[in-house]
Amino acid sequence: MMRGRVAFAGAIHEAYPHQSGVRLADGRVCRETEVVWLSPIEPGTIFALGLNYAEHAKELQFTKQEEPLVFLKGPGSVVGHRGVTRRPSDVTFMHYECELAVVIGKPAKNVKCADAMEYVAGYMIANDYAIRDYLENYYRPNLRVKNRDGGTVLGPWFVDASDIEDVAQLELRTYVNGTLRQRGNTSDLVTDIPGLIEYLSSFMTLAPGDVILTGTPDGIVDVRASDEVVCEIDGLGRLVNVIASDADFNRDWLSEDLTCESNI
Amino acid sequence: MFAPVDCLLHLEGESVPRDVDMRTVERFLEAGRKSYPPKVGTVYGTLLNDRASLDALGDAVNAAPYKAPPKAPILYVKPRNTFAGHGSLVALPDSEQGVEVGGSLGIVIGKTACRVKEEEALDFVGGYTTIADLSVPHATVYRPSVRYRARDNFCVIGPAVIASKHVEAPDALDISVAINGQPSFRATTATVVRGVAKLIADVTDFMTLQPGDVLTLGVPYGSPIGKAGDEVAIAINRWPMLKFSLTIDAAVGGAR
Repeated sequence: MMRGRVAFAGAIHEAYPHQSGVRLADGRVCRETEVVWLSPIEPGTIFALGLNYAEHAKELQFTKQEEPLVFLKGPGSVVGHRGVTRRPSDVTFMHYECELAVVIGKPAKNVKCADAMEYVAGYMIANDYAIRDYLENYYRPNLRVKNRDGGTVLGPWFVDASDIEDVAQLELRTYVNGTLRQRGNTSDLVTDIPGLIEYLSSFMTLAPGDVILTGTPDGIVDVRASDEVVCEIDGLGRLVNVIASDADFNRDWLSEDLTCESNI
Repeated sequence: MFAPVDCLLHLEGESVPRDVDMRTVERFLEAGRKSYPPKVGTVYGTLLNDRASLDALGDAVNAAPYKAPPKAPILYVKPRNTFAGHGSLVALPDSEQGVEVGGSLGIVIGKTACRVKEEEALDFVGGYTTIADLSVPHATVYRPSVRYRARDNFCVIGPAVIASKHVEAPDALDISVAINGQPSFRATTATVVRGVAKLIADVTDFMTLQPGDVLTLGVPYGSPIGKAGDEVAIAINRWPMLKFSLTIDAAVGGAR
Protein backbone atom coordinates (compact mmCIF):
# COMPACT_ATOMS: atom_id res chain seq x y z
CA MET A 1 0.00 0.00 0.00
CA MET A 2 1.14 3.56 -0.75
CA ARG A 3 0.32 6.21 1.82
CA GLY A 4 1.06 9.91 1.86
CA ARG A 5 0.36 12.70 4.32
CA VAL A 6 -1.07 15.93 3.01
CA ALA A 7 -2.54 19.15 4.34
CA PHE A 8 -5.87 20.09 2.78
CA ALA A 9 -8.72 22.37 3.81
CA GLY A 10 -7.50 23.00 7.33
CA ALA A 11 -6.40 19.52 8.39
CA ILE A 12 -3.74 16.91 7.84
CA HIS A 13 -4.90 13.77 6.04
CA GLU A 14 -3.63 10.38 5.06
CA ALA A 15 -3.75 10.20 1.27
CA TYR A 16 -3.56 7.47 -1.36
CA PRO A 17 -2.79 7.45 -5.07
CA HIS A 18 -5.79 8.08 -7.31
CA GLN A 19 -6.07 8.29 -11.10
CA SER A 20 -6.91 11.99 -10.97
CA GLY A 21 -4.56 12.97 -8.13
CA VAL A 22 -4.89 11.81 -4.54
CA ARG A 23 -7.69 10.34 -2.51
CA LEU A 24 -7.93 11.42 1.11
CA ALA A 25 -8.86 8.99 3.88
CA ASP A 26 -12.26 10.71 4.16
CA GLY A 27 -13.05 10.02 0.48
CA ARG A 28 -12.34 13.39 -1.11
CA VAL A 29 -10.29 13.33 -4.28
CA CYS A 30 -7.89 16.23 -4.94
CA ARG A 31 -5.46 17.22 -7.65
CA GLU A 32 -1.84 16.56 -6.71
CA THR A 33 -1.08 20.28 -6.77
CA GLU A 34 -4.10 21.17 -4.68
CA VAL A 35 -2.75 19.68 -1.47
CA VAL A 36 0.38 20.46 0.55
CA TRP A 37 2.53 17.37 0.74
CA LEU A 38 4.16 16.57 4.06
CA SER A 39 6.70 13.89 4.78
CA PRO A 40 4.76 10.57 4.70
CA ILE A 41 5.88 9.86 8.26
CA GLU A 42 7.24 11.97 11.09
CA PRO A 43 10.70 10.46 11.22
CA GLY A 44 12.43 9.43 14.41
CA THR A 45 16.20 9.25 14.16
CA ILE A 46 17.40 9.89 10.62
CA PHE A 47 20.55 8.07 9.55
CA ALA A 48 22.28 8.93 6.32
CA LEU A 49 24.96 6.96 4.55
CA GLY A 50 27.93 8.52 2.86
CA LEU A 51 29.74 6.79 0.02
CA ASN A 52 27.49 3.74 -0.03
CA TYR A 53 27.54 3.24 -3.80
CA ALA A 54 30.85 2.07 -5.19
CA GLU A 55 30.84 4.39 -8.21
CA HIS A 56 29.87 7.47 -6.18
CA ALA A 57 32.69 6.77 -3.71
CA LYS A 58 35.05 6.69 -6.66
CA GLU A 59 33.55 9.93 -7.97
CA LEU A 60 34.39 11.62 -4.68
CA GLN A 61 37.81 9.94 -4.58
CA PHE A 62 37.35 7.83 -1.50
CA THR A 63 38.91 4.46 -0.92
CA LYS A 64 37.59 1.35 0.82
CA GLN A 65 35.90 1.98 4.18
CA GLU A 66 36.39 0.06 7.42
CA GLU A 67 32.77 0.46 8.48
CA PRO A 68 29.72 2.15 6.94
CA LEU A 69 30.03 5.94 6.97
CA VAL A 70 26.95 7.02 8.91
CA PHE A 71 25.88 10.45 9.99
CA LEU A 72 22.72 11.70 11.68
CA LYS A 73 20.20 14.31 10.64
CA GLY A 74 17.54 16.18 12.61
CA PRO A 75 13.82 16.17 11.75
CA GLY A 76 13.86 19.94 11.22
CA SER A 77 15.52 19.49 7.83
CA VAL A 78 12.61 17.47 6.43
CA VAL A 79 10.19 18.73 3.76
CA GLY A 80 7.66 16.83 1.66
CA HIS A 81 6.96 16.27 -2.02
CA ARG A 82 6.73 19.50 -4.04
CA GLY A 83 8.55 21.42 -1.30
CA VAL A 84 11.29 23.95 -1.93
CA THR A 85 14.91 23.96 -0.85
CA ARG A 86 16.93 27.15 -0.66
CA ARG A 87 20.23 27.59 -2.41
CA PRO A 88 22.27 30.34 -0.70
CA SER A 89 23.50 32.85 -3.27
CA ASP A 90 27.15 32.57 -2.14
CA VAL A 91 27.58 28.88 -2.98
CA THR A 92 29.04 27.27 -6.10
CA PHE A 93 28.10 23.61 -5.66
CA MET A 94 24.79 22.44 -4.21
CA HIS A 95 23.63 18.98 -5.24
CA TYR A 96 20.74 16.55 -4.76
CA GLU A 97 21.21 12.96 -3.67
CA CYS A 98 18.46 10.52 -4.65
CA GLU A 99 18.34 7.79 -2.00
CA LEU A 100 16.25 4.83 -0.96
CA ALA A 101 14.89 5.58 2.54
CA VAL A 102 14.28 2.54 4.74
CA VAL A 103 11.75 2.93 7.57
CA ILE A 104 12.20 0.76 10.65
CA GLY A 105 9.05 -1.02 11.86
CA LYS A 106 9.92 -2.49 15.25
CA PRO A 107 12.60 -2.03 17.90
CA ALA A 108 15.88 -3.53 16.71
CA LYS A 109 18.85 -4.39 18.92
CA ASN A 110 21.65 -6.79 17.96
CA VAL A 111 19.79 -7.93 14.87
CA LYS A 112 21.62 -10.25 12.49
CA CYS A 113 21.59 -9.80 8.72
CA ALA A 114 19.54 -12.94 8.20
CA ASP A 115 16.66 -11.52 10.27
CA ALA A 116 17.07 -7.84 9.44
CA MET A 117 14.38 -7.47 6.80
CA GLU A 118 11.73 -8.40 9.38
CA TYR A 119 12.46 -5.05 11.01
CA VAL A 120 11.71 -2.99 7.90
CA ALA A 121 8.23 -1.41 7.74
CA GLY A 122 8.59 0.18 4.34
CA TYR A 123 10.32 2.58 1.99
CA MET A 124 10.26 6.15 0.75
CA ILE A 125 12.22 8.22 -1.73
CA ALA A 126 14.64 10.71 -0.17
CA ASN A 127 16.49 13.62 -1.70
CA ASP A 128 19.33 14.44 0.68
CA TYR A 129 20.77 17.79 -0.41
CA ALA A 130 24.33 18.88 0.28
CA ILE A 131 26.21 22.13 -0.17
CA ARG A 132 29.83 21.32 -0.78
CA ASP A 133 31.07 24.88 -0.27
CA TYR A 134 30.31 24.53 3.43
CA LEU A 135 32.13 21.22 3.83
CA GLU A 136 34.62 21.41 6.67
CA ASN A 137 36.78 18.61 7.93
CA TYR A 138 35.37 18.38 11.45
CA TYR A 139 32.72 15.77 12.13
CA ARG A 140 32.29 15.44 8.37
CA PRO A 141 29.87 15.96 6.77
CA ASN A 142 29.02 18.85 9.08
CA LEU A 143 25.46 19.90 9.71
CA ARG A 144 25.80 23.17 7.79
CA VAL A 145 26.29 20.98 4.70
CA LYS A 146 23.72 18.31 5.46
CA ASN A 147 21.19 19.44 8.04
CA ARG A 148 19.86 22.65 6.59
CA ASP A 149 16.19 23.60 6.69
CA GLY A 150 14.56 21.97 3.67
CA GLY A 151 17.61 19.81 2.98
CA THR A 152 15.90 16.41 3.42
CA VAL A 153 13.02 15.82 1.01
CA LEU A 154 10.90 12.73 1.78
CA GLY A 155 7.96 11.24 -0.09
CA PRO A 156 5.62 11.35 -1.80
CA TRP A 157 4.64 7.95 -0.43
CA PHE A 158 5.43 5.53 2.31
CA VAL A 159 5.30 2.12 0.62
CA ASP A 160 4.85 -1.07 2.65
CA ALA A 161 7.86 -3.36 2.55
CA SER A 162 5.65 -6.25 1.43
CA ASP A 163 4.78 -4.34 -1.77
CA ILE A 164 8.38 -4.30 -2.97
CA GLU A 165 9.36 -7.61 -4.43
CA ASP A 166 13.15 -7.14 -4.44
CA VAL A 167 14.46 -4.04 -2.74
CA ALA A 168 17.98 -4.91 -3.90
CA GLN A 169 16.97 -4.43 -7.55
CA LEU A 170 15.47 -0.95 -7.69
CA GLU A 171 16.63 1.67 -10.14
CA LEU A 172 17.07 5.24 -8.91
CA ARG A 173 16.89 8.19 -11.31
CA THR A 174 17.21 11.95 -10.88
CA TYR A 175 16.07 14.45 -13.48
CA VAL A 176 17.00 18.13 -13.38
CA ASN A 177 14.60 20.21 -15.48
CA GLY A 178 13.60 17.03 -17.27
CA THR A 179 17.12 15.87 -18.12
CA LEU A 180 18.27 12.55 -16.65
CA ARG A 181 21.36 13.32 -14.52
CA GLN A 182 21.69 10.48 -12.05
CA ARG A 183 21.01 6.80 -12.46
CA GLY A 184 21.90 3.88 -10.24
CA ASN A 185 20.59 0.65 -8.82
CA THR A 186 20.23 -0.52 -5.23
CA SER A 187 22.06 -3.70 -6.29
CA ASP A 188 25.26 -1.58 -6.09
CA LEU A 189 24.99 -0.67 -2.41
CA VAL A 190 28.34 -1.11 -0.67
CA THR A 191 26.58 -2.11 2.56
CA ASP A 192 23.10 -3.45 1.83
CA ILE A 193 19.98 -2.92 3.96
CA PRO A 194 20.41 -6.03 6.16
CA GLY A 195 24.06 -5.08 6.65
CA LEU A 196 23.13 -1.55 7.72
CA ILE A 197 20.51 -2.78 10.19
CA GLU A 198 22.96 -5.30 11.65
CA TYR A 199 25.66 -2.62 11.92
CA LEU A 200 23.50 0.11 13.52
CA SER A 201 21.65 -2.24 15.86
CA SER A 202 24.96 -3.66 17.09
CA PHE A 203 25.62 -0.53 19.15
CA MET A 204 22.24 1.21 19.44
CA THR A 205 18.56 0.39 19.57
CA LEU A 206 16.60 1.30 16.45
CA ALA A 207 12.98 2.29 16.98
CA PRO A 208 9.86 2.29 14.78
CA GLY A 209 9.91 5.38 12.59
CA ASP A 210 13.69 5.58 12.42
CA VAL A 211 14.76 6.18 8.83
CA ILE A 212 17.93 5.06 7.09
CA LEU A 213 18.88 7.00 3.96
CA THR A 214 20.98 4.41 2.21
CA GLY A 215 23.26 6.63 0.13
CA THR A 216 23.34 7.93 -3.42
CA PRO A 217 24.85 6.65 -6.68
CA ASP A 218 27.05 8.79 -8.90
CA GLY A 219 25.70 11.52 -11.11
CA ILE A 220 25.47 14.57 -8.90
CA VAL A 221 25.41 18.00 -10.51
CA ASP A 222 25.06 21.55 -9.28
CA VAL A 223 21.50 22.85 -9.10
CA ARG A 224 20.40 26.47 -9.36
CA ALA A 225 17.45 28.49 -8.12
CA SER A 226 14.20 27.60 -9.91
CA ASP A 227 15.55 24.22 -11.08
CA GLU A 228 13.07 21.36 -10.77
CA VAL A 229 14.66 18.23 -9.30
CA VAL A 230 12.76 14.96 -9.63
CA CYS A 231 13.93 11.78 -7.89
CA GLU A 232 12.41 8.47 -8.94
CA ILE A 233 12.79 4.98 -7.55
CA ASP A 234 11.13 1.93 -9.11
CA GLY A 235 7.87 1.19 -7.33
CA LEU A 236 8.09 4.16 -4.94
CA GLY A 237 6.94 7.04 -7.12
CA ARG A 238 8.34 10.36 -8.13
CA LEU A 239 9.55 12.98 -5.65
CA VAL A 240 9.52 16.57 -6.91
CA ASN A 241 11.45 19.46 -5.40
CA VAL A 242 12.21 22.99 -6.56
CA ILE A 243 15.28 25.03 -5.74
CA ALA A 244 14.54 28.42 -4.21
CA SER A 245 16.74 31.49 -4.00
CA ASP A 246 17.82 33.67 -1.10
CA ALA A 247 15.41 36.30 -2.41
CA ASP A 248 12.49 33.87 -1.97
CA PHE A 249 13.39 33.81 1.72
CA ASN A 250 13.95 37.55 1.92
CA ARG A 251 17.64 36.90 2.27
CA ASP A 252 18.91 38.72 -0.80
CA TRP A 253 21.95 40.95 -0.34
CA LEU A 254 19.85 44.12 -0.45
CA SER A 255 17.70 43.22 2.55
CA GLU A 256 20.76 41.90 4.46
CA ASP A 257 22.43 45.23 3.80
CA LEU A 258 19.47 47.21 5.04
CA THR A 259 19.33 45.09 8.17
CA CYS A 260 22.94 45.92 8.89
CA GLU A 261 22.37 49.63 8.40
CA SER A 262 19.35 49.70 10.66
CA ASN A 263 21.52 48.26 13.42
CA ILE A 264 24.03 51.10 13.34
CA MET B 1 6.42 27.18 23.38
CA PHE B 2 8.60 25.48 25.94
CA ALA B 3 8.51 27.70 28.99
CA PRO B 4 9.02 26.19 32.42
CA VAL B 5 8.03 28.59 35.18
CA ASP B 6 10.47 27.22 37.72
CA CYS B 7 12.12 23.79 37.50
CA LEU B 8 10.60 21.10 35.33
CA LEU B 9 11.06 17.66 36.88
CA HIS B 10 9.57 14.46 35.50
CA LEU B 11 9.82 11.91 38.28
CA GLU B 12 9.97 8.26 37.37
CA GLY B 13 6.53 6.71 37.80
CA GLU B 14 4.61 9.95 37.30
CA SER B 15 2.61 10.70 34.15
CA VAL B 16 3.45 14.37 33.76
CA PRO B 17 6.38 16.55 34.84
CA ARG B 18 6.11 18.79 37.90
CA ASP B 19 7.05 22.45 37.71
CA VAL B 20 8.46 23.13 41.16
CA ASP B 21 11.11 25.20 42.92
CA MET B 22 14.68 24.04 43.26
CA ARG B 23 14.31 23.09 46.92
CA THR B 24 11.44 20.76 46.08
CA VAL B 25 13.54 19.19 43.33
CA GLU B 26 16.33 18.62 45.84
CA ARG B 27 13.92 17.08 48.34
CA PHE B 28 12.72 14.51 45.80
CA LEU B 29 16.25 13.67 44.74
CA GLU B 30 17.50 13.36 48.31
CA ALA B 31 14.72 10.84 48.84
CA GLY B 32 16.31 8.76 46.08
CA ARG B 33 13.79 9.48 43.34
CA LYS B 34 14.88 9.02 39.74
CA SER B 35 13.67 11.14 36.85
CA TYR B 36 12.92 10.59 33.20
CA PRO B 37 14.93 12.64 30.74
CA PRO B 38 13.02 15.88 30.15
CA LYS B 39 10.74 15.52 27.13
CA VAL B 40 12.93 17.25 24.61
CA GLY B 41 13.03 17.43 20.82
CA THR B 42 16.27 16.97 18.95
CA VAL B 43 19.52 17.22 20.92
CA TYR B 44 22.39 18.80 19.01
CA GLY B 45 25.85 18.50 20.51
CA THR B 46 28.51 21.11 19.88
CA LEU B 47 32.14 20.19 19.49
CA LEU B 48 35.45 22.03 19.94
CA ASN B 49 33.63 24.94 21.54
CA ASP B 50 36.02 25.06 24.47
CA ARG B 51 39.01 27.21 23.46
CA ALA B 52 41.31 24.72 25.17
CA SER B 53 40.11 21.92 22.86
CA LEU B 54 40.99 23.99 19.85
CA ASP B 55 44.33 25.04 21.40
CA ALA B 56 45.13 21.39 22.04
CA LEU B 57 44.77 20.65 18.34
CA GLY B 58 47.34 23.40 17.71
CA ASP B 59 48.85 23.43 14.23
CA ALA B 60 47.11 20.14 13.46
CA VAL B 61 44.10 22.19 12.33
CA ASN B 62 46.13 23.33 9.34
CA ALA B 63 47.39 19.86 8.43
CA ALA B 64 45.55 16.90 6.88
CA PRO B 65 42.86 15.81 7.37
CA TYR B 66 41.60 19.10 8.82
CA LYS B 67 43.43 21.49 6.49
CA ALA B 68 41.91 24.64 8.04
CA PRO B 69 40.60 25.80 11.43
CA PRO B 70 36.84 25.34 11.87
CA LYS B 71 34.59 28.18 10.73
CA ALA B 72 30.97 27.18 11.41
CA PRO B 73 29.89 25.59 14.73
CA ILE B 74 30.72 21.86 14.73
CA LEU B 75 27.54 20.00 15.56
CA TYR B 76 26.32 16.44 15.84
CA VAL B 77 23.03 14.80 16.76
CA LYS B 78 22.49 12.80 19.94
CA PRO B 79 19.65 10.53 18.74
CA ARG B 80 16.64 9.57 20.87
CA ASN B 81 18.02 6.15 21.85
CA THR B 82 20.74 7.98 23.78
CA PHE B 83 18.34 9.83 26.11
CA ALA B 84 18.49 8.70 29.73
CA GLY B 85 17.39 10.25 32.99
CA HIS B 86 18.81 10.96 36.43
CA GLY B 87 19.60 7.70 38.23
CA SER B 88 20.15 5.72 35.01
CA LEU B 89 22.46 2.79 34.58
CA VAL B 90 24.56 3.24 31.44
CA ALA B 91 26.14 0.23 29.75
CA LEU B 92 29.64 0.66 28.34
CA PRO B 93 30.91 -1.33 25.37
CA ASP B 94 33.93 -2.67 27.29
CA SER B 95 35.52 -2.55 30.70
CA GLU B 96 38.97 -1.22 29.79
CA GLN B 97 38.49 1.84 27.65
CA GLY B 98 35.71 3.44 29.69
CA VAL B 99 33.76 6.45 28.56
CA GLU B 100 34.50 10.16 28.35
CA VAL B 101 32.09 11.96 30.68
CA GLY B 102 31.41 15.28 29.01
CA GLY B 103 29.47 17.49 31.41
CA SER B 104 27.78 20.14 29.33
CA LEU B 105 25.29 22.94 29.63
CA GLY B 106 22.11 22.04 27.72
CA ILE B 107 20.34 25.03 26.21
CA VAL B 108 16.63 24.20 25.87
CA ILE B 109 14.96 26.25 23.16
CA GLY B 110 11.79 28.02 24.29
CA LYS B 111 10.30 29.28 21.04
CA THR B 112 10.88 28.71 17.35
CA ALA B 113 14.35 30.02 16.61
CA CYS B 114 15.17 30.80 12.99
CA ARG B 115 17.72 33.39 11.85
CA VAL B 116 17.98 34.74 15.38
CA LYS B 117 20.21 37.75 16.06
CA GLU B 118 22.87 37.31 18.72
CA GLU B 119 21.60 40.24 20.77
CA GLU B 120 18.11 38.70 20.93
CA ALA B 121 19.15 35.05 21.19
CA LEU B 122 18.71 34.62 24.94
CA ASP B 123 15.01 35.48 24.54
CA PHE B 124 14.67 32.19 22.65
CA VAL B 125 15.92 30.07 25.54
CA GLY B 126 13.21 28.37 27.59
CA GLY B 127 15.56 26.91 30.14
CA TYR B 128 18.81 25.14 30.84
CA THR B 129 19.66 21.65 31.90
CA THR B 130 22.64 19.47 32.70
CA ILE B 131 23.78 16.99 30.08
CA ALA B 132 26.23 14.13 30.39
CA ASP B 133 27.34 13.78 26.79
CA LEU B 134 29.07 10.40 26.86
CA SER B 135 31.42 9.15 24.17
CA VAL B 136 33.77 6.26 23.66
CA PRO B 137 37.19 8.00 23.77
CA HIS B 138 38.45 8.77 20.26
CA ALA B 139 41.21 11.06 19.07
CA THR B 140 39.98 12.12 15.66
CA VAL B 141 37.40 14.82 15.05
CA TYR B 142 37.60 14.39 11.28
CA ARG B 143 34.93 11.79 10.59
CA PRO B 144 34.51 9.75 13.75
CA SER B 145 32.15 6.80 13.72
CA VAL B 146 28.64 7.48 14.97
CA ARG B 147 29.02 4.50 17.32
CA TYR B 148 31.24 6.56 19.65
CA ARG B 149 28.46 8.94 20.64
CA ALA B 150 25.17 7.30 19.68
CA ARG B 151 25.08 4.29 22.00
CA ASP B 152 21.95 3.70 24.08
CA ASN B 153 21.80 5.94 27.18
CA PHE B 154 24.83 7.98 26.10
CA CYS B 155 23.04 11.29 26.68
CA VAL B 156 21.97 11.57 30.31
CA ILE B 157 19.80 14.65 30.80
CA GLY B 158 18.40 16.44 33.83
CA PRO B 159 17.31 15.93 36.47
CA ALA B 160 15.39 19.16 35.84
CA VAL B 161 15.10 21.92 33.28
CA ILE B 162 15.78 25.20 35.06
CA ALA B 163 13.73 28.15 33.77
CA SER B 164 15.93 30.67 32.02
CA LYS B 165 14.91 33.43 34.45
CA HIS B 166 16.92 31.58 37.12
CA VAL B 167 20.07 31.64 34.98
CA GLU B 168 21.25 35.20 34.69
CA ALA B 169 24.71 34.50 33.30
CA PRO B 170 24.79 31.31 31.22
CA ASP B 171 28.28 32.20 30.06
CA ALA B 172 29.69 32.12 33.59
CA LEU B 173 28.60 28.80 35.03
CA ASP B 174 30.78 26.31 36.87
CA ILE B 175 30.67 22.70 35.74
CA SER B 176 32.10 19.97 37.95
CA VAL B 177 32.25 16.22 37.66
CA ALA B 178 32.67 13.85 40.60
CA ILE B 179 33.36 10.15 40.18
CA ASN B 180 32.64 7.88 43.13
CA GLY B 181 32.27 10.96 45.31
CA GLN B 182 35.73 12.31 44.41
CA PRO B 183 35.87 15.68 42.60
CA SER B 184 37.61 14.81 39.34
CA PHE B 185 37.04 17.69 36.97
CA ARG B 186 36.20 21.38 37.00
CA ALA B 187 35.39 23.67 34.10
CA THR B 188 33.47 26.81 33.32
CA THR B 189 31.24 27.97 30.50
CA ALA B 190 33.32 31.16 30.36
CA THR B 191 36.07 29.65 28.18
CA VAL B 192 34.00 28.87 25.12
CA VAL B 193 34.62 29.95 21.54
CA ARG B 194 30.93 30.79 21.04
CA GLY B 195 28.84 31.76 24.04
CA VAL B 196 25.17 30.77 24.33
CA ALA B 197 23.83 33.71 22.32
CA LYS B 198 26.42 33.56 19.56
CA LEU B 199 25.96 29.79 19.19
CA ILE B 200 22.18 30.13 18.81
CA ALA B 201 22.62 32.92 16.25
CA ASP B 202 25.14 30.98 14.14
CA VAL B 203 23.21 27.71 14.23
CA THR B 204 19.79 29.19 13.45
CA ASP B 205 21.18 30.88 10.38
CA PHE B 206 20.94 27.54 8.58
CA MET B 207 18.64 25.37 10.69
CA THR B 208 15.52 26.23 12.64
CA LEU B 209 15.39 25.07 16.25
CA GLN B 210 11.97 24.14 17.62
CA PRO B 211 10.70 24.63 21.17
CA GLY B 212 12.14 21.78 23.21
CA ASP B 213 15.16 21.24 20.97
CA VAL B 214 18.42 21.25 22.89
CA LEU B 215 21.76 22.65 21.89
CA THR B 216 24.67 21.73 24.11
CA LEU B 217 27.26 24.41 24.72
CA GLY B 218 29.84 21.69 24.30
CA VAL B 219 31.93 19.29 26.29
CA PRO B 220 34.82 21.02 28.11
CA TYR B 221 38.39 20.06 27.25
CA GLY B 222 39.97 17.31 29.34
CA SER B 223 36.74 15.69 30.49
CA PRO B 224 37.35 12.71 32.78
CA ILE B 225 37.01 9.03 31.93
CA GLY B 226 34.46 6.90 33.76
CA LYS B 227 34.78 3.14 34.11
CA ALA B 228 32.29 0.37 34.70
CA GLY B 229 31.15 0.40 38.32
CA ASP B 230 31.64 4.15 38.69
CA GLU B 231 29.03 6.46 40.15
CA VAL B 232 29.10 9.78 38.32
CA ALA B 233 27.70 13.14 39.45
CA ILE B 234 27.69 16.30 37.35
CA ALA B 235 26.92 19.68 38.86
CA ILE B 236 26.36 23.02 37.18
CA ASN B 237 26.58 25.79 39.78
CA ARG B 238 24.21 24.81 42.58
CA TRP B 239 21.58 23.23 40.36
CA PRO B 240 20.31 19.80 41.32
CA MET B 241 23.08 17.30 40.49
CA LEU B 242 22.77 14.82 37.63
CA LYS B 243 23.79 11.35 38.76
CA PHE B 244 24.11 8.03 36.96
CA SER B 245 26.10 4.79 37.13
CA LEU B 246 28.26 2.99 34.61
CA THR B 247 28.20 -0.75 34.02
CA ILE B 248 29.35 -3.27 31.46
CA ASP B 249 26.26 -5.38 31.88
CA ALA B 250 25.10 -5.75 28.28
CA ALA B 251 21.59 -6.56 29.46
CA VAL B 252 21.21 -3.00 30.75
CA GLY B 253 21.30 -0.19 28.19
CA GLY B 254 20.04 -2.24 25.28
CA ALA B 255 16.60 -3.51 26.00
CA ARG B 256 13.79 -1.03 25.70
